[in-house]
Amino acid sequence: MSEKIVVKNLVKVFGGHPQKALSMLKAGEPKDEILKETGLTVGINDVSFTINQGEIFVVMGLSGSGKSTILRCLNRLIEPSSGSITINGTDITKLKDKDLRVFRQERTAMVFQQFALLPHRTVLQNTAYGLEVKGVEKKQREDKAVAVLEMVGLKGYEDKYPDQLSGGMKQRVGLARALSNDSDILLMDEAFSALDPLIREEMQDELLSLQQKMNKTIVFITHDLNEALKLGDRIAFLRDGALVQVGTPEDITNNPANDYIVKFVRGVDRSKILTTGDVMKKPQPFITTRDGPGVALRIMKEHGISSVFVVDREKHLKGVITVDLAVESRNAGIQSLQDVELPQGPVVREDVPIQETLGIIAESKLPMGVVDDNHKLIGIIVRGSILAALSSDKGGDGDA
Amino acid sequence: MPKIPLAEVVDRIVDWFTDTFGNSLDAFSDTFGDIIKGLQNLLAFLPWWVIIIIFALLAWKASGWKLAVGSTLGLLFIYNLKLWPAFLDTLVLVIISALVCIIIGIPIGIMAGRNHKVNRLITPILDFMQTMPSFVYLIPALMFFGLGKVPAVFATVIFAMPPAIRLTSLGIRQVPEDLVEVGEAFGSTPWQLLWKIQLPVALPTIMAGINQTMMLSLSMVVIAAMIGAGGFGAGVLYAIGQMKIGMGFENGVAVVIMAIILDRLTQGVGRSFRTDDKDN
Repeated sequence: MSEKIVVKNLVKVFGGHPQKALSMLKAGEPKDEILKETGLTVGINDVSFTINQGEIFVVMGLSGSGKSTILRCLNRLIEPSSGSITINGTDITKLKDKDLRVFRQERTAMVFQQFALLPHRTVLQNTAYGLEVKGVEKKQREDKAVAVLEMVGLKGYEDKYPDQLSGGMKQRVGLARALSNDSDILLMDEAFSALDPLIREEMQDELLSLQQKMNKTIVFITHDLNEALKLGDRIAFLRDGALVQVGTPEDITNNPANDYIVKFVRGVDRSKILTTGDVMKKPQPFITTRDGPGVALRIMKEHGISSVFVVDREKHLKGVITVDLAVESRNAGIQSLQDVELPQGPVVREDVPIQETLGIIAESKLPMGVVDDNHKLIGIIVRGSILAALSSDKGGDGDA
Repeated sequence: MPKIPLAEVVDRIVDWFTDTFGNSLDAFSDTFGDIIKGLQNLLAFLPWWVIIIIFALLAWKASGWKLAVGSTLGLLFIYNLKLWPAFLDTLVLVIISALVCIIIGIPIGIMAGRNHKVNRLITPILDFMQTMPSFVYLIPALMFFGLGKVPAVFATVIFAMPPAIRLTSLGIRQVPEDLVEVGEAFGSTPWQLLWKIQLPVALPTIMAGINQTMMLSLSMVVIAAMIGAGGFGAGVLYAIGQMKIGMGFENGVAVVIMAIILDRLTQGVGRSFRTDDKDN
C-alpha cells in the first residue's frame, strides 16, 4: 500500500505568538506548565503518523483530546503551528492561498458532525456545492449530484430543503456533498455521532459498502470505541493531544499500549457502559392488532421464532403473542388479535444499562421490547445480541 | 476655570469644511436634489389610485390579502384627509433615505461582520450616531446643504443607518461556524463564501435591519420638516405654531398609518425570504 498522508511532528498551539510555547514543548515541558507560563493551550503535541491509500484511518479520543484539531489541520481549516503534512508528495502546510483552495477543491472533502447543510439550498444544490465552487457547469454538476444522491439512497429528495429531512437523511446529504467532489480523501468529523443508534449503525454499514466500491482514503474521527473498531482499518488513540497508540483493531484490543487504553478497551465492565439502545435490534418482525392469529403463526414460522411483538397502528406496543397462544386462538376461531388477551413481556427504555436488564431477560420466556416515552416499540432485545455485545470485551471485535 | 471652547471648535471645523468643500457640496446637493425631484415628479405624475394599487399589490405579494386591504383603506383615508401631496413628499424622502442607508450600510455591515477590527472601530461610532438626539443632526445638515430636502436626507441617513449596519454585521457573525467551515473546506474563495453562504444565511437578520432603518427614516423625515423637508412633518410643525390641534392630529394619524404600512410591508418581505427558502 502506498503512503497517502504523512504527518510529521505536528504541533498546534492555540493563541497568538506560539514561539515560546513551541520551544518549551521542545524542551519537554508539560502542557500545564506551558499554559501557566505563556497562557497558550497546546492542542496537538508532536504527533506523527502515516495514512495509506485506500484505508479507513480512525482517530479515536475523548472530547478535548485534539482529534478534531488534527482533522482540521489536514485541510488547514486550522493552521498547524509546526510540523509537516505531506499529501500525495506535497507538503500542504506550505501551500499559498490559491493553491490551498485548489487542493481543497480537488483532493479533500469533509463531512461534519452537525451535518452543516446550507439551509437556503435544496438537497440537490447542497450536494452540488463543491462542484459549483470549482466552476463546473450547472447541467454537469447537477447530473453528478443526482447520481451521487441516488448512490446514498436519496433519490427523489433532490428538491427538498434540509429542514424537511431527518437526521439520518441530512447526513446522507452531507456524505453525498463530499462524494460528489470526487476527491480521493474523505475527512469525516464525528460524522455519525449525532445520529440515533440504529441510524448510526445503518450509516456505518453504508459507509463500509460504499468504501468497497470507492476505495478512498478516509480519515474518520470518533469518540465511540465500537464505531472505531467497526470502521477502522487502523485506529489512532489520542489523549491530551498526543498519540497513545496506532494500530489495527486487533492490535488495540489484544495488545493495548498502556493502562489508558487497557481501561478503555476492557478495563470497564461493558454491561455498565452499553445501554439497551446500543444492543437493540430493529423491531422486526412485528404484527399489528388487526392481524389474526394465522398471520402471527406464518410470520413466526418464516423467521423461525416462537413469539412475535404485537403493536397497534401507531406502533404502540400491545403485547407479545407466542406460538401456543396463536394456535389456541386460531382453533378458537378468533379473527383478530384485538380479541386476544396478550401476555406482556418485559419492556425497557433505550437508555438503560444492559446490566440492569440481565436478570429480567434471564427469567423471562418472552423477548424484551424497547419503547420510547409514548410506549412505541423502537427496538427488541434478544439474548444473543446481549451476549455478542458483551463478548466483544474479549477482543478481536475488529471485523464486526 | 474657563469654559472649554467646544462649541467654538466645532464651529471652526464646520466653517472650514464648508469653505473648503463648499463647491463640491453644492454640486453634490444639486445632483442629489435632482434625483429627489425626479422621483417626486414621477409619483406626482401617477394618479393617486395607481399608487394605492401599487401599494396593495406589494402588500399582497409580501404578506397577504389582509395587509393589502389594510393598506388600501389606510391610504384612502390619507387621501380623504387631503394629505396626499404631503404623503408623497414624505414617501419620497423615506424611500431615498432608506436606499442610501442600505447602499452604504450593508457593505459596511458586511465588513464589520467579517472583520473584528472593523467591528470594534465602528461600534462606538454607531453608538454615538444613535444616542445623539436626532434633531442635532439637523444643524450640520443645514450648514452643509442649507434648507430643503437634501439636508433632510443627509440628517435622516445619519440617524437611520446604524441598524442596517449593526444587523448586517450581526447576521454575518451569527452564521454557524460549521457552515463557514463548509465553504472553506470545499475551497470557496472569500467572495463565494460571502455570496453563497454568509449573505443568504444572514438574510433574515439583514431584512430585520432594513425594516428598522425604514422606520427610523420615517421618524427622522418627520422631524426634518424643521429644515424644510416638507411632508407630514411640515403639517405637524405648522399646526404646532398655529395651535391647530385638529390639524396636527390629522397629520399625526397619517404618519402612524404610513409607519404601520411600511413596517408590515418590509417585515413581510423579510418573512417571505425565509419561507421562500424553505417551504416550496
